[in-house]
Amino acid sequence: MAATLPFSEEISNLLYAAHGSPIQACIQCGTCSGTCPVADFMDNTPRQLIALIRADFKDEVLASNTFWYCASCYHCTVRCPKTIDIAELMYALKRYSMWKSQYQEGLIGPVFSEAFVKMILRTGRSYEPILAPSYMLSFNLREFVQEAQTATSLMIKGRLPLLPPRIKRLERFKQVVSRIIPIGRAS
Amino acid sequence: MKKYALFPGCSLEKVAQSYYLSTLETARQLGVELQELDDWNCCGATAYFHVDELLAYTLSARNLAMAEKEGLDVVAPCAACYKNMYFTNAHLKSDPDLAEHINFALEEDNLHFSGKIAVRHLLEVISQDVGPEEVRSKVSNPLDGLRVAPYYGCQVVRPQKDSEDVEQPHYFEDLLSAVGATPVDYPYKLRCCSGSLLITNRRAALSLVRDLLQNAENCKAAVIATACPLCQVNLECYQQQVNQEFGTSFAMPVLYFTQVLGLALGIPPKRLGIGKELVSATPISSFAQNLPQEAA
Repeated sequence: MAATLPFSEEISNLLYAAHGSPIQACIQCGTCSGTCPVADFMDNTPRQLIALIRADFKDEVLASNTFWYCASCYHCTVRCPKTIDIAELMYALKRYSMWKSQYQEGLIGPVFSEAFVKMILRTGRSYEPILAPSYMLSFNLREFVQEAQTATSLMIKGRLPLLPPRIKRLERFKQVVSRIIPIGRAS
Repeated sequence: MKKYALFPGCSLEKVAQSYYLSTLETARQLGVELQELDDWNCCGATAYFHVDELLAYTLSARNLAMAEKEGLDVVAPCAACYKNMYFTNAHLKSDPDLAEHINFALEEDNLHFSGKIAVRHLLEVISQDVGPEEVRSKVSNPLDGLRVAPYYGCQVVRPQKDSEDVEQPHYFEDLLSAVGATPVDYPYKLRCCSGSLLITNRRAALSLVRDLLQNAENCKAAVIATACPLCQVNLECYQQQVNQEFGTSFAMPVLYFTQVLGLALGIPPKRLGIGKELVSATPISSFAQNLPQEAA
């Protein structure tokens, strides 16, 4: 039977794959949290999240909204004195939580990401209107109305596509994808 | 004249069409030849990396391999496309096992990645390969006194590549000075516009957009110039929502840097896609008046 790795090591291994320095190098200085523009909205600051991972608090980490609220601005990454790629750590946690289907309820991030990937695998290019249901339905009425107003303004200015674009060699594109993951042929 | 493969990316097809138009016009005027990559696919944006890293690299590798076939360096006007392609290129070059795995998949489309080309952002091409001096020499409609806030955003400058200055870059300012504009010095020029959080965490995103607009306004910017379609959409198209949400009254025009440069180079505003804004670009109208109002 395969050995079970502690959570902190599992995440560290993901980071090695993502070209990052080990989180064991973290000195808990908090530069990342001080730099992060979204920290005020997170359950745990980036520094706290790293501490939780190192202490193997797996369930607490996966239940946290922190990594789903990361905007990938890489400001923490370029300022970390121990050169830990913190933004990549957030990506690694997003992937891990999606593989395990274990994430905070009610978050739009995981649903949106999945819808986005399926869309690209169907046509090769992005088409925003098809994604709207994956997040608009979780908006309250006020947000929904505001979003609809913005979309209408964009439509009037000719800035919203009416038809989904698709690439020419779509079949070959799908073959390429199917050599990486089997769901490439699914739709 | 230097020639590049242009990777427009999905946003430039519609929501950022004015970035597409102004990129082509401005590049032509500056003697940069852009040949659009045939049959390019989505770079994977940020969402792809949330799901599967290998697949995300594969998507970008397909585009890179097609540019390699043409023997051209690839240039992206979108910051996110640029970051994805730049780092896919770097990771595949440094990891032969990863490259082999992805090349096995690319065989299905008769493509092969060998790492022979470079990935560039349009802002970098214009400020380094063309250079502010060359730009200055081609200005026919100087934007004297126009206070433009250069907005670098995130993924043009981050993560760090080689030894680039990630804290105080000034090449964007230099370009604006070259066309006669006054670059506004404001602390938030490298701060995040919230990226795709406008979809996944609206409350946080609108507050980030508000902070940025406030900062630029406090420093007396007349217009913000961006080098990324997502930044443009967030800062411009969501201004009304910010005003509704926070009771503010922002009316800050947000243009692409190629539109600002293009005006100074004497290109008619319509050909630069000016007029498609949701926040009227009034401060630039006096500079646009000097130019022929030719149809697109």
